Amino acid sequence: MSSAGADRPIMGEPDASGRFGQFGGRFVPETLVPACAELEAAFREARADPDFVAKFKALLTDYAGRPSVVTECHNLSAHLGFKVLLKREDLNHTGSHKINNVLGQALLAKRMGKTRLVAETGAGQHGVATATAAALMGMECVVFMGEVDVKRQALNVFRMNLLGAEVRTAMSGSRTLKDAVNEAMRYWVAAVADTYYLLGSVMGPHPYPWMVREFHHVIGEEAREQCQALIGGPPDVVVACIGGGSNAAGIFSGFVDLETELVGVEPAGGAAIGRKVPGVVHGSLSYLMQDEFGQVQEAHSVSAGLDYPGVGPEHAHLADIGRARYEAVTDTEVLDAFQLLSRTEGIIPALEPAHGLAWMVKAKDELQGRTVLLSLSGRGDKDVEQVQAILDGNPEALKTMRS
Amino acid sequence: MNGFTGTLEEHLISRRASGAKLLLPYVTGGYPVDGWTRLIEGFAQAGADAMEIGIPFSDPVMDGPTIQEASAIALANGSNPSGVLDEVARTDPGVPLIAMTYYNVAYHMGHQRFAESLKRAGISAAILPDLPLEEVGPWAEAADSAGIETVLLAAPTAPDERLPRIVERTRGFIYGVGLVGTTGERAALASSALEMARRLKDITDKPVIIGIGVSNPSQAAEIAQVADGVVVASAIIRRMLEGGSVDQAIEFVAELRAALDSV
Repeated sequence: MSSAGADRPIMGEPDASGRFGQFGGRFVPETLVPACAELEAAFREARADPDFVAKFKALLTDYAGRPSVVTECHNLSAHLGFKVLLKREDLNHTGSHKINNVLGQALLAKRMGKTRLVAETGAGQHGVATATAAALMGMECVVFMGEVDVKRQALNVFRMNLLGAEVRTAMSGSRTLKDAVNEAMRYWVAAVADTYYLLGSVMGPHPYPWMVREFHHVIGEEAREQCQALIGGPPDVVVACIGGGSNAAGIFSGFVDLETELVGVEPAGGAAIGRKVPGVVHGSLSYLMQDEFGQVQEAHSVSAGLDYPGVGPEHAHLADIGRARYEAVTDTEVLDAFQLLSRTEGIIPALEPAHGLAWMVKAKDELQGRTVLLSLSGRGDKDVEQVQAILDGNPEALKTMRS
Repeated sequence: MNGFTGTLEEHLISRRASGAKLLLPYVTGGYPVDGWTRLIEGFAQAGADAMEIGIPFSDPVMDGPTIQEASAIALANGSNPSGVLDEVARTDPGVPLIAMTYYNVAYHMGHQRFAESLKRAGISAAILPDLPLEEVGPWAEAADSAGIETVLLAAPTAPDERLPRIVERTRGFIYGVGLVGTTGERAALASSALEMARRLKDITDKPVIIGIGVSNPSQAAEIAQVADGVVVASAIIRRMLEGGSVDQAIEFVAELRAALDSV
């Protein structure tokens, strides 16, 4: 494996400028540069502090309910012809992997003396998780959510309100996750002294892509041990969905030093890596969906959580050096997979990880005889109403189907 | 084509030496859809010493609602970087022009190509607000060789040790961020604006221009007692978004000029 920065271990620390290979960096307004530097210093200090590490682990165990189990899917395996394992992040408190990162960052924010958390959310999972951590730690919380997502994930808006968070509707641009990030960054620019920006994915300016991956590393670390116990070794393939790419980064990081094949699955309408055009938005250089003039394009996916035109810079790097492979699936394939897992295993997945399963169904010929671990990053409760409407042929709901 | 020759920095220093306070108004490339290029020559005639030409970007994170709205309208009506530069090239304001856009526009076109296309349009300098000191190197080198001055921003959040490094790398002038926040009007001038101006004036002879939150003639005059000049953007654009004409926007710039001349 050769690359720029080949002397660094893959999925280790980024270089001093926050780069993974050629991707990453810190492209933020000058106002935020000192805040990013302060955050980096605080994170380095905290991760080396046994007290912080112990507190974080205790929260993961006693509050989030870790470790999440690995489930072997006997029925689905028989159906597909290869062994399928699920890393059950859907069983965490708040229903997705997002809680790992949120607890880590909220703990860090508290340690830094910040009193308010601001976050962006797409599907609402990260917003709910952030509001949860804010409630737990007695902090104020403001969550930005695109107007389109506020409508399709109304229940999550109510959940955030219930948890004491203020949800602000992002009305600009495509009114989805991208615009929620813009609004959260603007808010942070204005309130940087007492506010901590709790970014929800492995994106944004250094140190976020690295830090968020580190807080999700527990997914891969646990899964590796669990696979050892269950099947006597690592799986042949690890599959995860990619929006910004946080659950994928977490699970990949547990297997990246092995021979295990790593597969990230993007929505066809939001396949930043699939298009392979680099660009800079929201603080880092990565692959980015954009037009001929460099204007950022709007992603389109049935899944609000993957409706993002960019991708975390480390995934761009893993694609670049060929260590991970990135595939795309259509909304129709995702809906089929959503129903397939529900019927065969009694597990209703979120639409996001249903992307991973959709690819496994599509690639089943090449997967025969192999063992595949899917990161089941979240549960589907938040999506059942939308899927019901789509399956009923509701014209408004069908509009959320783009491919 | 812009008849101005020389550098932005020399121009501003010579205007300052003549006793003037410097006025840099802002134009959104493509807004208003009809007649935006008339603002360029109009602002110059109304007494602008230089001006910013915004090249609209889809995700302007440093901009508040007013500039966002103007950019969105311009983009919806087909504004794009090449088109804006082509139209700017047909104007002759006789004062330096400064392109203001976000880094991806330059990155996507390629540093050298973008810098050269600015030069061909008669533009002297560029401001890329999401390209801070640590990331500016590759762009600034390409810009330097093409004869484009890269203006850096200094913010109130910067520790004292950081400011001299920013001041050292900036060209044209140093853009002092007047407050901790995005572009947009405020009822009163932030105390941080005066503080920013003082901190910069203490360490540099380069022109110190304060922008962001400078909202009206009296605020402009207030800050110009410490700073060498001001950037005014949202206050101009808002007048047109509310139905004001191009001529009224030019008239407002003349009012700003008069206020600065009274300092």
